[in-house]
Amino acid sequence: MQRIIPMLLTSIVGVIAIASYFVPVAQPFQDRVEEWFLIVAAIAMVLGAASLLLHHLKAISNQEAGWGYSAVTVAALVITTTVGLLKLGAPPDLKHPELAWSGSYLAEGGGAWWIYTYVMSPIVATMFSLLAFYVASAAFRAFRARNFEAMLLLGTALIVLLGRTSDGTWLTSGVPADYPLATIPGLNVLIMSVFNTAGQRAIMIGIALGVAATSLRILLGLDRSYLGGD
Amino acid sequence: MTTLTAILASLQRLDRRWIFLAMLIAVLIPVLTRVTYPETPTAMTSAVFNKIESLPSGSRVLLPLDYDPGSEAELGPMAKAVIRHCALKRHKMYFLTLWPTGLPLLERNLRQIVEGEFKEVGLKYGVDYVNLGYVPGEAVAVKLLATDFRKARGQDNTGTSLDRLPMMQQVRSAQDMDLIMAISAGYPGVKEWVLFAAIPNRIPLGMGVTGVTAPQMYPYYPNQVVGLITAIKGAAEYETALAAAYPDEMSRLDASGIQRMGPQLWAHRLMIVLIVIGNILQLTRGRGGRK
Repeated sequence: MQRIIPMLLTSIVGVIAIASYFVPVAQPFQDRVEEWFLIVAAIAMVLGAASLLLHHLKAISNQEAGWGYSAVTVAALVITTTVGLLKLGAPPDLKHPELAWSGSYLAEGGGAWWIYTYVMSPIVATMFSLLAFYVASAAFRAFRARNFEAMLLLGTALIVLLGRTSDGTWLTSGVPADYPLATIPGLNVLIMSVFNTAGQRAIMIGIALGVAATSLRILLGLDRSYLGGD
Repeated sequence: MTTLTAILASLQRLDRRWIFLAMLIAVLIPVLTRVTYPETPTAMTSAVFNKIESLPSGSRVLLPLDYDPGSEAELGPMAKAVIRHCALKRHKMYFLTLWPTGLPLLERNLRQIVEGEFKEVGLKYGVDYVNLGYVPGEAVAVKLLATDFRKARGQDNTGTSLDRLPMMQQVRSAQDMDLIMAISAGYPGVKEWVLFAAIPNRIPLGMGVTGVTAPQMYPYYPNQVVGLITAIKGAAEYETALAAAYPDEMSRLDASGIQRMGPQLWAHRLMIVLIVIGNILQLTRGRGGRK
């Protein structure tokens, strides 16, 4: 019963979603299902946070390897949630200055705003910025023409790298306008809009067919992996 | 010959921290000197610019800014340029984000551009622009916004009912928009706007994406999307087009996309040099090995 009811729910909702594309009568059901989705998603977020908390508390309690990271995760979760929910430090709304909690939890100067601006933003931005250093090191050590395929990749990369800067335009600025494919920007456009687009379309169609097949298996109850079992 | 061999041998053993230092210098010098380089708008960027430019003043433009601080450096300049363009054209701007961590960035754009740079113009909240805030639900949120705004979000970011805002009176859904200009760093983002809003409802859609996402979006141009702004280069191209169309207004504003192309150009140059050196080393080592 624990598996049959979720399977039935999944199949019914899935069939409604598909039918609504073809049968106008089913459209109101589809709209209602989408509204429910938002409510279920909100509940799932709470469940997810609780599950995360339990998992890391267990790791701390058992002093598992890397439990210090779990402690940081728990501290971050608890502090951020508390500061946000209680609107700690958040100034009241200008329209209602007499009401302490009338302002937005993310209002400038508030605790949640401070965490976002001075903790989260620099951490995330630093992580992405570090990529430039590692990509440069990797380009020097690994991006080498060891065989024909690697040579093709290398040539394409150099054209795209140059084509993404004004150097590409400058280097081939002497080429007459009648021969765009003899310029680096022209070659860049050719690579991106012909070879890249053809490859991307093939991948997209493949993914779409895969999604359709998997969805059908789920709707028919053949694929039950989403229930956490076989 | 011995010197060359010694140089090649030392390069073979090069500590990667020297490469890190070279990258730091390559990025730092253009940042400090604020050197800029000319940009020529490509067809894809121009298509977005021309679409916004060709819309009559007062047209409705939905502006989902779906990115977080990790992508702000790449997408922030294009968001700024597009908002400035919409404000210059006096279009009605409907802001929202599908990313919970994108809301403060959206609010900052509003404060700095709409309520800051265009303060003298007197754009009014609820009449000329609205902040619908964070809309939860990812792909389903896009679908709901495409059919009924009020089902996805009944209030704006300040908690005011959408029915009380003048610019929302005639608006039921994204289908009432003249253009959706989605700027996104991933999921949920531009792809969802294409699949669940633009194509089924035939709403014109412009895209602004990161360099990593751009190749995946090329198949949608030009049939499903009007144009594509790609990363910092796209932002710099857009700023160039904007400066050409509005020289007086843009002369007093910063062009962060064009500014950021300086470090990017030098980083790309360094990468090309490193790739070439790496391959020379590979070639000489190969020959040495064969000998």
